[in-house]
Amino acid sequence: MTILLIAEHDNSAVKADTLKAVNAATAIGGDIHVLVAGANCSAAADEAAKISGVAKVLVADNEAYEHQLAENMGLLVSDLGKDYSHIVSPATTTGKNFMPRVAALLDVAQISDIIAVHSEDSFDRPIYAGNAIATVKSSDAIKVLTVRVAAFSEAGTDGSAEVVAVDAVHDAGISSFVSAELTKSERPELGAARVIISGGRGMQNGENFKLLEGIADKLGAAIGASRAAVDAGFVPNDMQVGQTGKIVAPELYIAVGISGAIQHLAGMKDSKVIVAINKDPEAPIFQIADYGLVADLFDVLPELEAAL
Amino acid sequence: MKVLVTVKRVIDYNVKVRVKADNTGVDLANTKMSINPFCEIAVEEAVRLKEKGVATEVVVVSIGAKACQEQIRTALALGADRGIQIDTELNLDSLQVAKLLAKVVEEEQPGLVIMGKQAIDSDNNQTGQMLGALTNMPQGTFASELVIENGKAKVTREIDGGLQTVELSMPAIVTTDLRLNEPRYAKLPNIMKAKRKPLVVKAAADFGINLTSSVEVLKVAEPAKRDGGEMVDSVEALVAKLKDEAKVI
Repeated sequence: MTILLIAEHDNSAVKADTLKAVNAATAIGGDIHVLVAGANCSAAADEAAKISGVAKVLVADNEAYEHQLAENMGLLVSDLGKDYSHIVSPATTTGKNFMPRVAALLDVAQISDIIAVHSEDSFDRPIYAGNAIATVKSSDAIKVLTVRVAAFSEAGTDGSAEVVAVDAVHDAGISSFVSAELTKSERPELGAARVIISGGRGMQNGENFKLLEGIADKLGAAIGASRAAVDAGFVPNDMQVGQTGKIVAPELYIAVGISGAIQHLAGMKDSKVIVAINKDPEAPIFQIADYGLVADLFDVLPELEAAL
Repeated sequence: MKVLVTVKRVIDYNVKVRVKADNTGVDLANTKMSINPFCEIAVEEAVRLKEKGVATEVVVVSIGAKACQEQIRTALALGADRGIQIDTELNLDSLQVAKLLAKVVEEEQPGLVIMGKQAIDSDNNQTGQMLGALTNMPQGTFASELVIENGKAKVTREIDGGLQTVELSMPAIVTTDLRLNEPRYAKLPNIMKAKRKPLVVKAAADFGINLTSSVEVLKVAEPAKRDGGEMVDSVEALVAKLKDEAKVI
């Protein structure tokens, strides 16, 4: 039994999502080979080789993989993956994009977003926005899985796997990268943050999100948002926490001016400690919060920043 | 250009989900069902393409039991031209759905397929990508903007770090994210008109595809309950709790 795990990386470094997916793969058992597919990605491959529990790193270094276009990744991973028992990727927007193509090309099902491993063929995954947990069993010869990274801790980095180059170049030639607008921030990414402070519709506008920044800086926190705040145009889409946005499980989640719609709760209810600040005492967010404060956020936020 | 749009009948997004006591699934008896919100956005986008003169025909397809004709009619009321129901009582996996849709693509030869990025019941986020692989079409998933020009589809995608734009040869598949558009409400005259639009029913069993899933659901359970905690009355009290009791700051 050998697992092919597809690394999430930006060509220069592997993301924490990869370390978490390795821990999920370790729970399945068997050797773990990590594929780093990118362009000029040897630095990321060297990092992947240090992840504890990894036996081998495959590097597919070619401009066809620079932006990990789904069409090219689908061909590469289904080609490399046919001799493996499992193909695993973190359920990031990159993994979600190409993994179903891999499964379809191999004529097997995909099991999305696993949150627990029972055995080599049986897994838990949330359905209905996390309001139910399905335990499923796959009879496919190759199991294609994406991992909800918020449900697993990070693997260590004391490994020393061999690094092997993959020569295969798959360029489907039907898609191309045009541009990317990536949010630049000194703060941790939502998926990797120990503390997250999120704002909702109650923030009223994008300008007011500045009130969260000072607190975030003091706590080393990432800043998130509810769907309502993103839909209203207060902040960009990559800040959205929820069923269809980022799923997070930090040590501390502070929800500010967020009522607690089902789809938002689906994205943060596994946080260790939840704080809710809302002026509406009936807001559903209070039903799952460990600590609730009924107050006007515009009074509370400056006070909180000063108190930290 | 013909646009093919897929719609799925799912539990309405406002309804609270209840797990059955025998842990075999979710209780859907007498539950309000609706068009999957992401599919509704897909229909809207297709209709807008037609209104702009980019699309000439919008064909809507749904796979499921007869009840899903209701969702097809909703799509027709929003402006789609004709419907196809692929009839089955089975609860299909994404792969089987993608294989059936690949047959529809083969027959209809659309220039563009627009689908929801995921259904809010199974939360799989797979079918569009699988259809892409099976038909060798490129994909623009999680789209927040779609522009068709010079025979190419330019798709802006919502990704983890922000936005990414890709250019796809056509025919292509686009899966919708929330910010692509805001679907319109169907007007009463259009709802009446939709009743007369053509809707063809085909049996899933006639497509020559193995409809047996390789994934068995062993159990469906309630997630671990999270109890509400305590209310604090001041910022000072909150900070003290976080420091001394929860020890998270």
